[in-house]
Amino acid sequence: MLGIIAAEAVWMGSAILSLLSGKSTRWATLSGTGGAVIGCAIAIVPTLKTLLTGHGESATVAWSIPGAAFSVGLDPLSAFFLLPILILGATTAIFGGEYMLAFRSQRKLGYPWFLFNLMLGSMALVVVSRNGLLFLFAWELMTLACAFLVMFEDGKKESREAGLLYLVVTHIGTACLLPFFAMLYVNAGSLEFDVFQGNRAGTGFAFLFLLGLVGFGAKAGLMPFHVWLPEAHPAAPSHVSALMSGAIIKTGIYGLARSFTFFSAPPAWWGWTLVAMGAVSGVMGVLLALAQHDLKRLLAYHSIENIGIISMGLGLGMLGVSHASPVLAVLGFGGGLLHVLNHALFKGLLFLGAGAVNHATGTRDMDRLGGLLRRMPWTGAFFLVAAVAISGLPPLNGFISELLIYSASFGALKNGHLSLPVGGALVIVALALIGGLAAACFAKAFGTVFLGSPRSPQPQPEHAPREHAAMLIPMGALALACVAIGLSAPLLPRLLGPVIGQLTGLPLATASAWPASTDLLLKSLLLMAWAVLLLTGLVTGLRQLLLRKKKITAASTWGCGYALPTVRMQYSSSSFAQPLTTFFRPVLGTRKYLTPRLSPILSPLNSPFPASLAFHSETPDATLEEIYRPASAAIRWSLGFLRWVQHGRIQLYVLYVAFALLALLIWKLGVT
Amino acid sequence: MIFGSILPLLLALCLSPLMLGIINKTKAFFAGRQGPPWFQTYYDLRKLLGKDAVYSVTTTWLFRAGPIVGLAAVILATFLVPMGSRPALFGFEGDLVLFAYLLGLMRFFTVLAALDTGSSFEGMGASREVQFSALAEPALFLGLAALAGENHSISLTGVLAGTGPWTWSASGSMVALVLLSFFIVFLAENARIPVDDPNTHLELTMIHEVMVLDHGGPDFAFILYGAALKMWVLGTLLIELAMPVRTGNAWVDTACFLLGMAALAVVVGVVESSMARLRLLRVPQLLVAAGALSALAFIVELI
Repeated sequence: MLGIIAAEAVWMGSAILSLLSGKSTRWATLSGTGGAVIGCAIAIVPTLKTLLTGHGESATVAWSIPGAAFSVGLDPLSAFFLLPILILGATTAIFGGEYMLAFRSQRKLGYPWFLFNLMLGSMALVVVSRNGLLFLFAWELMTLACAFLVMFEDGKKESREAGLLYLVVTHIGTACLLPFFAMLYVNAGSLEFDVFQGNRAGTGFAFLFLLGLVGFGAKAGLMPFHVWLPEAHPAAPSHVSALMSGAIIKTGIYGLARSFTFFSAPPAWWGWTLVAMGAVSGVMGVLLALAQHDLKRLLAYHSIENIGIISMGLGLGMLGVSHASPVLAVLGFGGGLLHVLNHALFKGLLFLGAGAVNHATGTRDMDRLGGLLRRMPWTGAFFLVAAVAISGLPPLNGFISELLIYSASFGALKNGHLSLPVGGALVIVALALIGGLAAACFAKAFGTVFLGSPRSPQPQPEHAPREHAAMLIPMGALALACVAIGLSAPLLPRLLGPVIGQLTGLPLATASAWPASTDLLLKSLLLMAWAVLLLTGLVTGLRQLLLRKKKITAASTWGCGYALPTVRMQYSSSSFAQPLTTFFRPVLGTRKYLTPRLSPILSPLNSPFPASLAFHSETPDATLEEIYRPASAAIRWSLGFLRWVQHGRIQLYVLYVAFALLALLIWKLGVT
Repeated sequence: MIFGSILPLLLALCLSPLMLGIINKTKAFFAGRQGPPWFQTYYDLRKLLGKDAVYSVTTTWLFRAGPIVGLAAVILATFLVPMGSRPALFGFEGDLVLFAYLLGLMRFFTVLAALDTGSSFEGMGASREVQFSALAEPALFLGLAALAGENHSISLTGVLAGTGPWTWSASGSMVALVLLSFFIVFLAENARIPVDDPNTHLELTMIHEVMVLDHGGPDFAFILYGAALKMWVLGTLLIELAMPVRTGNAWVDTACFLLGMAALAVVVGVVESSMARLRLLRVPQLLVAAGALSALAFIVELI
């Protein structure tokens, strides 16, 4: 526990130091990056110890606020969620050290580094706090630090709007969390998490579950509370987006998982709700991602998809608990939890890659990029690793977590209940569809950004994309982690066992001794992963052998006889996705616009003399457009009737104060 | 014993190009032509392997890696499929997911290699390929789920080699529905009529062929051989379900299986000779129909 507290002290200290750095870019970067990395290095020791031994620690210090206590604890569940925070915290800090230098001429860097370390510290505090009020305090601190980082480029209108939207949606969540903890307090008589545990879930807890679902789901980005994600992630600086997508939205999942431990025997519909919301988020997330042109927006929608996959895993696990099927519980929770870690690794890497591209080219619009693999070979290679991993393809880590969820759902097919096979089939179909569409989407993202020829005029040689070691090392480390998890499948039950035990209430022996068939599966996966690598090596060797004494000629791409191909004829990200966006148009609502380029009169394409036209398409988020905007307009309209209260006359405001005091006085006297 | 377990793999590796020969002979028969020799694909492969290489200046290492990863992935997928009543070389609970995702890995790298050329034709093919395969995936998985429920196993060996005449008598309608759905998936995944026309010479209408336009020499040999293997492994799913001969003698079962594969090639040839390619806008509907058939099979299995 001392390690975590020391790390918190380092983070907060370096936050304050960054703020004091004044105009010195070097000091701000040094204290910001250094503090974050040192803090993560200190905290990783107790985290790994708890994860590997399964033993927790805790500490409590009294706090003067009623009901609150500064009680923190490290158990397997906390440690497991701390792991992505620490890994991403250190890697994104190193990346950000270089990335933020681009802003050095415009602003002081002390302020963003203050927020970064504050966010890191409060995130860690969220997962270790063991008291309702402390949890909410850390939760709000994290939200606010993150919101101000989203609005870092506050000169841009879209950054300010994104930050505001983030604050609003996430506070809808907090508004649900306040009564959530209040009800738990009323029930248990204390705000300590230890006292909450062991509630037998019954009908009275339905409302509590829904409050928690909205409260934590808004942070995690489950549909329909996802609207802030695609706005906030692109607006934030890339290393912050990586941390947000990899770690902050996972605190929502952590909140859900932690609240499972408060109840034993959850009713089946809790699991069903999670499975259904997960399936919708997964499929809709990947479809909306396919329709995007902005690389970071595309990645943000993929976060929604992956949160959906995690939610399906957790939902299956809960179904396993409520149907007393330990195998389903272990595999469902195991797959969902592993995907939390995996998603943090590959999505962090993807956002860093997008940041490196943005840093080098100055644009995130995929339709203006292309051919970057030549000029940024390492960034491209790391991005490819993450793209294969997130598409769930073997032999990388994303495949293993998806396979565990597949195994859970195939296992559910054999269950005696009629309802479980239906749930299993739903998850299988959703995962299969998500898998195919995610591969399509990342073929599009990687293909348009890194392959082919540049789609817009190349930057001058002195501005040509360059790769910086400080950006490559964090990306390389994350890519290595993706490969390492892919090649260490048999070790997973040991890593996940204590966490699953905590979530399911199963004894540790059951939770970490997985069914023999799964054990065999994980061992076989290791063999298969090596087999893929070995076969690839063999075929590569064969190709080398065949081409040894051959002539290798360079030519231009076959243009099917057309003599003057230009780079603008290449398939763009929108044209690549067009068949799919057209097919799914009823749910996506992609809009197409044709505007005249030269003459102001629009002569249609089918007229004898069509004018030069410009085409663009966009896919607005239907949830935001159809639900949130009308709702917020309605609220503003209804609050308009109260506007007479606010008139700006200070004398009347003083009168309000006097009346309020008088009313309080009367109430107080009346009561006694 | 060891020979018996490695035999399915060896036969698949040796005989898969022959299927293309049988298909082409069938088509030639319907067209009243002599047709290319039975072993034409083998001759093509030998010729391609001996050729020099030409690469577009637009391409990077990824273009060269595409065929390699594709071939490696499909060879590994071949390790997982059984033959007749013989189990696969590798079999474990959950390998059917690995099987589908290995084919996904092959497709992912083929698509990336296509995009690496910067050609709009290859981009077009890649774009169609990912659409059709994304829609075929749920049909494949739901069908496998129905079979897994029937055979109480989630390994290809358990699901396929575990199917027998008894499965047809116990739940014939389910197997028939899955079979129909898998046949559509088979045609779509292997780029055959009515989804794609392997013989067309108009680049605008092609899918698989147009993606590999720029490949040549040994790389193209890898692609051709990989495609033949893919047809073989997906064909195995069909024949194991359609002709589950289980005499108890592994050799007889294997022989019947090989006859079944030849028959499948003839059926594909007949389909290609008797119908035209669908309009591209109609293909997704066909694939959704395959998904619906699989869903129906699953419901039949459930009740």
